[in-house]
Amino acid sequence: MDIHLTINDIPLTVPEGTTILEAARTINIDIPTLCHMKLHEMHYNNNIASCRVCVVEIEGRRNLASSCSTPVMEGMVVKTDSLRAIQARRAMVELLLSDHPKSCLTCAKNMDCDLRKLAAELGVRTIGYEGVESEFEIDQSSSSIVRDPNKCIRCRRCETMCNEVQTVGVYSAMGRGFETVIKTAFDLPLSQTACTFCGQCLAVCPTGALTEVDQVDKVWKALNDPNQFVVVQTAPAVRVALGEEFGMEPGEIVTGKMVASLRRLGFDRVFDTDFAADLTIMEEASELVHRIQHGGRLPLLTSCCPAWVKFFEHQFPDLLDIPSTCKSPHQMMGSLIKSYYAKTLGIDPKSITVVSVMPCVAKKYEAARPELGQSADTADVDIVITTRELARMIREASIHFDHLKDQEFDHPLGESTGAAIIFGTTGGVLEAALRTAYEMLTGEALEKVEFEALRGMNGIKEAVIPIAGKDYRIAVIHGLGNARTVLEKIRAGESDYDVIEIMACPGGCIGGGGQPYHHGNMEILKSRAAAIYREDRAKPLRKSHENLAIVALYKDYLGEPYGERAHQLLHTSYTARRKI
Amino acid sequence: MKLKDTEELNVLKAQSLKLIETRRAKEAVDTKNAPGLVRHILVCGGPGCHSSGSPRIAEVLEEELDRAGLADQIKVFEPGCFGFCEKGPMIQIHPDNVTYCEVSPEDVSTIVQEHLLEGKQVERLLYMDPNTKERFAANIPFYNNQLRIALRNVGYIAPENILEYIAADGYQALAKVLFHMTPLEVIDTLKVSGLRGRGGAGFPTGVKWEFTRRSEADQRYIICNADEGDPGAFMDRSVLEGDPHSVLEAMLIAGAAIGSSQGYIYVRAEYPAAIHRLKIAIDQAREYGLLGKQILGSDFDFDIELKYGAGAFVCGEETALIHSIEGLRGEPTVKPPFPAQKGLWGKPTCVNNVETLANIPPIILKGAEWFAKIGTEKSKGTKVFALAGKVNNVGLVEVPMGTTLREIIFGIGGGIKRHKTFKAAQTGGPSGGCIPTKYLDSPIDYESLMAIGSMMGSGGLIVLDEDDCMVEIAKFFLEFTMDESCGRCTACRVGTKRLHEILQKITEGRGTLEDLENLEKLCNIIKDTALCGLGQSAPNPILSTLKYFRDEYVAHIVDKTCPAGVCKSLLKYEITDKCVGCGRCAKQCPTRAISGSPKKRHVIDQERCLKCGACMEQCRVDGAIIRH
Amino acid sequence: MCNSDSPNEFAQKLDNFIDSLPNKKENLIAILHYAQEIYGWLPDNVQWHIAQKLDIPSAKVYGVVSFYSYFTMKPRGEHVVNVCMGTACFVRGAEKLKNELENQLKIKAGETTPDNLFTLETLRCVGACGLAPVMIVDGEVHGKMHEPQEINEVLAKYRPEG
Ligand SMILES: Cc1cc2nc3c(=O)[nH]c(=O)nc-3n(C[C@H](O)[C@H](O)[C@H](O)COP(=O)(O)O)c2cc1C
Ligand code: SF4
Ligand code: SF4
Ligand code: SF4
Ligand code: SF4
Ligand code: SF4
Ligand code: SF4
Ligand code: SF4
Ligand code: SF4
Ligand code: FES
Ligand code: FES
Ligand code: FES
Repeated sequence: MDIHLTINDIPLTVPEGTTILEAARTINIDIPTLCHMKLHEMHYNNNIASCRVCVVEIEGRRNLASSCSTPVMEGMVVKTDSLRAIQARRAMVELLLSDHPKSCLTCAKNMDCDLRKLAAELGVRTIGYEGVESEFEIDQSSSSIVRDPNKCIRCRRCETMCNEVQTVGVYSAMGRGFETVIKTAFDLPLSQTACTFCGQCLAVCPTGALTEVDQVDKVWKALNDPNQFVVVQTAPAVRVALGEEFGMEPGEIVTGKMVASLRRLGFDRVFDTDFAADLTIMEEASELVHRIQHGGRLPLLTSCCPAWVKFFEHQFPDLLDIPSTCKSPHQMMGSLIKSYYAKTLGIDPKSITVVSVMPCVAKKYEAARPELGQSADTADVDIVITTRELARMIREASIHFDHLKDQEFDHPLGESTGAAIIFGTTGGVLEAALRTAYEMLTGEALEKVEFEALRGMNGIKEAVIPIAGKDYRIAVIHGLGNARTVLEKIRAGESDYDVIEIMACPGGCIGGGGQPYHHGNMEILKSRAAAIYREDRAKPLRKSHENLAIVALYKDYLGEPYGERAHQLLHTSYTARRKI
Repeated sequence: MKLKDTEELNVLKAQSLKLIETRRAKEAVDTKNAPGLVRHILVCGGPGCHSSGSPRIAEVLEEELDRAGLADQIKVFEPGCFGFCEKGPMIQIHPDNVTYCEVSPEDVSTIVQEHLLEGKQVERLLYMDPNTKERFAANIPFYNNQLRIALRNVGYIAPENILEYIAADGYQALAKVLFHMTPLEVIDTLKVSGLRGRGGAGFPTGVKWEFTRRSEADQRYIICNADEGDPGAFMDRSVLEGDPHSVLEAMLIAGAAIGSSQGYIYVRAEYPAAIHRLKIAIDQAREYGLLGKQILGSDFDFDIELKYGAGAFVCGEETALIHSIEGLRGEPTVKPPFPAQKGLWGKPTCVNNVETLANIPPIILKGAEWFAKIGTEKSKGTKVFALAGKVNNVGLVEVPMGTTLREIIFGIGGGIKRHKTFKAAQTGGPSGGCIPTKYLDSPIDYESLMAIGSMMGSGGLIVLDEDDCMVEIAKFFLEFTMDESCGRCTACRVGTKRLHEILQKITEGRGTLEDLENLEKLCNIIKDTALCGLGQSAPNPILSTLKYFRDEYVAHIVDKTCPAGVCKSLLKYEITDKCVGCGRCAKQCPTRAISGSPKKRHVIDQERCLKCGACMEQCRVDGAIIRH
Repeated sequence: MCNSDSPNEFAQKLDNFIDSLPNKKENLIAILHYAQEIYGWLPDNVQWHIAQKLDIPSAKVYGVVSFYSYFTMKPRGEHVVNVCMGTACFVRGAEKLKNELENQLKIKAGETTPDNLFTLETLRCVGACGLAPVMIVDGEVHGKMHEPQEINEVLAKYRPEG
């Protein structure tokens, strides 16, 4: 049913159920918001109406109404720009600021902060109400996320994300009244909770209350240490998002400029995690074939997302035998650099620093997992920085990113195929694995390499793929809530999948917690995904097993895929953890 | 025994009538001339009397009756609050129709001996009018001008016996609704009666029922809001404890009218006695087939479950209450959607207050017109007030809408305690305001209270006198709303804190006139912007005191004095030359701030003085210690 | 409180109670009431246990517990003394009563005496406004508490002999 109303004297017609906020946007009135965020494709809707900055005047109502949460009604007369509404909005921001550290200058969110921006837009010049300010401890317990509840505006976006989309349930509002704040159970440090470090809460937090653990200085230090050989690797999803930090359009592919800037920053080698992605496919496809041929447990679950790994360790400790044992690509890469490549160069692995540039904050945590390393004091990966942190380093080094000439990754760990690049988006890992598994199982060449059924933003994508006369049931899942749904079915014995790809972040790594902030704009994620597939199509080789450097690696060093040495270097094990 | 039809209900009623017959006599009956008559002694079991020892009185009474061999002829009951809590513990003897006040366990033997055995009233325990010194055995002036509809059975029937409720016309309205009225007729009756919600907002009950009925759904819910959160109001508690079946019956009627088969009573955990009585009532109603399947042989099914609050005022707000029942934090959500559209578990839900519900069976039985004749044009029927504070007769009063504050406070309430001067009446609890002397004669109804900046609210009526500081009162309420804010929205979470801080500043003598402006501005913005009723009404106590008692604020700010002598930081105690040097004050001072030699004028060391006032209380010499 | 029971018996009782409920998740508040009744308070591990039983995040349970003032996450003393801070009591001197109790017990509201005998708390209106100001010890209401001496006498009733 259509609803007729006027907003600021402009008549308009919108479908029933539209909010005033949405209706106003159709006539180019953008009412400011702070707590509200709706990401359709992710089924994420933070509609708690807590900030009250989106208030508007509705004729005939005693109070102002929050436009983000008020549906339009027939004949409604709305004023979005009355003095009364504007003053109330400004007062809300002032009240928020009256209980907020005024430390924008040194705040990690600074230029990305919605609160700071709003204060500027509304022309808040003084904070008329002053009084006591909350004092919370800053939680720096984890390797991934810093929580500074002092900067929290109680918008509950993190809570909605973690509880409803990811179903991890780390956060809840605590206490009441002025003391209310968003916290973990029993006020535990994040490191002692079931947090997966997917970083999705941080991706939607409008302020500096949730930020990544900053590792930039560690990288600078390594780069300036003459005794360290510093190797960097970059994940597939970084190259399709990094440009946004320098004002480029979302989805612009900046691989060459990224490599060039990394060289300028002084890295001794610039490798591509895509190489390790191809390697992962070799291992994972072999593991799958092995399970199929030896009656192993199915489905096989992919394991290249550390947040997902931590999720099942906490939530499904009884199912630890079904995920693949493959390490994630960047860990495989780290492992190879400190073994194979160190040997090639003839240097002590201890004097190599491996830096990963990732779209991900979970990988910061992952790199610190004690079982992932050559020995107790040599980790596979030493430092993980996010796409955003890399952008900052580039700015710090005063590099004109957009003017750089494209450069190529170093050999041999910079070689990759189209199969590897698509790891960066949901469905990519399985598509890549199918391209290889198909040929392994049938011995024939796969003509049509693109599996459309596995693409797109649906939370759970399913397909039945016939290979060598047998139907394989596969599923692609992104978002941990969707993963839970499927895992529960598996636990109950109600699922007959053979392989399942799971990525913690909605959209996969292109939507990772370390990517440039999307500020609620889903189009950005879609453009990044499109770029990933463009890059795949542009590659001469599109199947992992065709990667010549990979073939050589097995021949010269690893032996058989899924063989003994591969196991030692490229596979891992899981630990049951408490749900809290 | 499950009642299979109305016939069986009527038979049961006829059988049960004798249970309460003794109490129905309106005129005093001389028992000497009525041999074989069983007397009833009602010992008030209401919260006030209970706390001041009524259970012990009942116990002693039973013992004494036993000893006197009267146990067969005299029965003891503990019904709900009689209303006149000030004079508790109270007992009533029927059919003699004699009420005794402030009875202690020691008085029991006298009552047994003199009243019951010798037939003489115990004069000293009768109510005495403080002015005329006249004694009353019945027709105590406190009850004049009251009209009991919601409280009709409270203090009259034994709440733990369903038969007494049935004898008092109980469940007749339900039978009428089930067999002689259509749901629409029921809703129409309520609409015509003009009954409005007694929980605070005053929304027409019939209209709310109609909305809920109109929302398409496979299930609808009825919730009784028994979270009575207004600090200083206890009428809902009295109904729940004194007449729980009336609430159950009204919920059944609502179920039949709205098309619901499940009701919930959301009751404060702080009311264990009410919970206990409700449990008994529900069990009994189930036993008699008045809850459950095919009620009274009809095809109507309905059941009721108790849900407990856990100490959060905001859970009185409907959406918060619903979340609390769902096992969540009691945070309100934006309306629309209203509970009538999307409430508990997403289903249409009708939330009604206890007192609202208690009015419904009589309206059904006596008709909409009967009810609509009582009260004012827009506010029909009666309203129960919990009269408390600096008034002589603290208690529960039920008066027709339109009664003036003066009639309640100075008539029924007997005026101000200790002959002090009336300053204001606070109505509407933390959402309401303070009404000054000049409005004492305005008739109380929803609209007129709103018009003078207060609210009906749930019916708390706190009387304030010259010793109350209005800034302090505003601060008290702000502290309440600040503590009870759910913390969800900015306006209320931070706003009420800032309001409280400004008031704090003023009461400590650090306020400026600019603060006053800021206070007012922020009040208006919070009213305008807060998400729910709690925040929207939280500024009311400030705005109304600012409106009527601005000079008191200004005195705190400009003159740095608290006219009522309440705000400690602004007080100063001094010993004058009237001092005779007795030393009593010095002994009492907690900080040893007073020094002086015997028989000489003492002095107070202002640095050490805590302003506790203990010295002044101790001093026997008029004017020797002054406070300013 | 059933002090004779061991923690294991508490846990067993709690589990039995939870198992007896048809709809567990929606009954979180009833479960917390029950748990507080047997344990006297709601320690973290009990909250965690309830979360596991109901299959809901512990943070949710903690969020609920910390919202309602009836629930406590601190052990209480043997006797709980409450001062009514409702309006009727407030205007009749509840603040003074509270101060006096704080003086006599030598603790602040919200605290427990070192000998674990008394916990002092405040609440809002118990419906005995006619007796204002009132204090409530272990659920029993004592009204018209104006004089320090009277307050002392009430407390004395709860102190062990001697
Ligand atoms: C903060 C707040 C507290 C409230 N507390 C109560 C309460 O304690 N009891 C009550 O019946 N209604 C209370 N209400 C009103 C209810 O939300 C609701 O309007 C009422 O229960 C509806 O019943 P009625 O129409 O019969 O009055 C409160 C409202 C607000 C905003
Ligand atoms: S969170 Fe935003 S407003 Fe707060 S200090 Fe950081 S940049 Fe400034
Ligand atoms: S914006 Fe203002 S406060 Fe911030 S750095 Fe610039 S001058 Fe300083
Ligand atoms: S990082 Fe992910 S799992 Fe951890 S709190 Fe944030 S959203 Fe939840
Ligand atoms: S931490 Fe961030 S996302 Fe979470 S409530 Fe606070 S401001 Fe909002
Ligand atoms: S989906 Fe990618 S970015 Fe997100 S947590 Fe997993 S690995 Fe990291
Ligand atoms: S107005 Fe107050 S009580 Fe209501 S939602 Fe906002 S914070 Fe909560
Ligand atoms: S007011 Fe109290 S502290 Fe001050 S002098 Fe008198 S007794 Fe002592
Ligand atoms: S009690 Fe009064 S008269 Fe006695 S010393 Fe004190 S001030 Fe003087
Ligand atoms: S954006 Fe609407 S209330 Fe926050
Ligand atoms: S409690 Fe006895 S008269 Fe009110
Ligand atoms: S205000 Fe204290 S008992 Fe009601």
